[in-house]
Amino acid sequence: MTREITANARLSVDGWVTAGALLIGAFYATLTAARTEDPVMSVHAYIFAGAFILGLFGIIKAYFDNSERLADQPAGTSIQYNLDIIKAGVIASVFWGIAGFLAGDTIAFQLAYPDLNFDTSFFNFGRLRPLHTSAVIFAFGGNVLIATSFYVVQRTCKARLPGTFAPWFVFWGYQLFIVIAATGYLMGATQGKEYAEPEWYTDLWLTLVWVVYLFVFLGTLWKRQEPHIYVANWFYLAFIATIAMLHIINNLAVPVSWTSSKSYILFAGVQDALTQWWYGHNAVGFFLTAGFLGIMYYFVPKRAGRPVYSYRLSIVHFWSLIFMYIWAGPHHLHYTALPDWAQTLGMTFSIMLWMPSWGGMINGLMTLSGAWDKLRTDPVLRMLVVSVAFYGMSTFEGPVMAIKAVNSLSHYTDWTIGHVHSGALGWVAYVSFGALYCLVPWLWNRTQLYSLKLVSYHFWISTFGILLYITSMWVSGILQGLMWRAYNDLGFLEYSFVETVEAMNPFYWIRAIGGAFFVVGALIMAYNLWRTARGDLRVESRSLPPEAVPSPVAAA
Amino acid sequence: MDYSDVSHFSQTWGLVYLVIMFLAGVVYALWPRNKDKFDHAANIPLEDD
Repeated sequence: MTREITANARLSVDGWVTAGALLIGAFYATLTAARTEDPVMSVHAYIFAGAFILGLFGIIKAYFDNSERLADQPAGTSIQYNLDIIKAGVIASVFWGIAGFLAGDTIAFQLAYPDLNFDTSFFNFGRLRPLHTSAVIFAFGGNVLIATSFYVVQRTCKARLPGTFAPWFVFWGYQLFIVIAATGYLMGATQGKEYAEPEWYTDLWLTLVWVVYLFVFLGTLWKRQEPHIYVANWFYLAFIATIAMLHIINNLAVPVSWTSSKSYILFAGVQDALTQWWYGHNAVGFFLTAGFLGIMYYFVPKRAGRPVYSYRLSIVHFWSLIFMYIWAGPHHLHYTALPDWAQTLGMTFSIMLWMPSWGGMINGLMTLSGAWDKLRTDPVLRMLVVSVAFYGMSTFEGPVMAIKAVNSLSHYTDWTIGHVHSGALGWVAYVSFGALYCLVPWLWNRTQLYSLKLVSYHFWISTFGILLYITSMWVSGILQGLMWRAYNDLGFLEYSFVETVEAMNPFYWIRAIGGAFFVVGALIMAYNLWRTARGDLRVESRSLPPEAVPSPVAAA
Repeated sequence: MDYSDVSHFSQTWGLVYLVIMFLAGVVYALWPRNKDKFDHAANIPLEDD
């Protein structure tokens, strides 16, 4: 297998390929840096060149380290999982998570108190907002998904990730994408497509990384020793494959020149809008839902120590979810130039999504049957279960908001922001936190977390923050929508726009304070995970008995 | 083939296609012979190796 090839040749095939590609990439990036007159492209070409050269050094170092490192490995019969890549993913997830939450809370305070942009273009709301959304969705969520998918696919297939360098190319290549995207936003480079802001060359880079990710994932499935492909892997695979398709089609663009950071999107008008929201809503459906459902289907049974409630339901859940989600995008374009029938189609599919969403939620929650008592003693399981409850709540709210009559009130208001955050904070972040709390003791070979009490604190502080966030946005969103549509006796609008903005202010403060609670919770988690990885254990009056803490036996 | 042909096709045959795919998924999930396989699969996360 890979290990023997590596031992004989000192550098595996994927190592040579990666090294060659990095060399060419470094040349091309340096050439671009020298030729370009575009300051954004210049900065990015230097970052690319620097990253490629660092990558080359990494491979050269691995080449010389290989023979002695491999000599230390015991020649056991058990599978040598690639766990180092997951450790790196866990660290990156926590780091980007906190960065993204902080960026989000900063812009929340900016909305309440606009002077906080310090009058510089770099900290302008318009630049920090995509920085926040990309940091939490792609940097935090993406790293969580890459790390957990690599963990789950190895364990449920009983096979090691293929390749020595390919998984690391995915990891570091993805971090490079994040850095290029984030610095681009701060310098004002954007395609102006929501959740697809990075410019053409960043998109091309992500495409390359993503295709390698797909191959590493498929390669593990190919090598599997377990005949059945576990349902979590189906969700992960749908996430990886669909995001590749959405990303490529939505970002089809023509750059002004090879040395320019500016490009023009291939589509125009309503076609562009529909492509964008086909992409945008399926970023929600496949990135923030299918991928994280993969986490749910592995980590909830594992933590609860119970099998999946109904495996048959999970199959119906999977196929109906992926067949329906892809059609729901037009609900973002109600009452626009999009043909009426397409709007109705988007609305109908959104409402039908209640079924698979709630089927999945019930499957996740009922997995606890016979283990409900653990909710009292295990705050990690509590976090996972509350995440599934939030999933149920936001997938109930979403279809309601997709109904045209409701949408006429809710669209463009803060209600949408509240809805997104009940899904993002309550579901995506909580299920991620639960997975991280499970993974760190497993990966660093610790019997349990440093402190369960701190997990409890994290849980309650963050939950309080989320509740402040979503309740304030419900009130402000509905207030905003009602003020916008209010007419006086003479048929004129009752309120000027600035009056509606003024009315939002108290809610913006409440939201920003709720966000601060969420950030504090995440910092508590980072501290707890760091102490766990170091091998510390806090003496507490209530701790879980060893048999209640699930652990993979052969965590090498 | 113009716009109305495409929209007509997707509004009729699209429905048939999705219903058939849904039924295929349900039949696969409920097919009695698959029961043992799925019972085993439900326990995969709990297996320690």
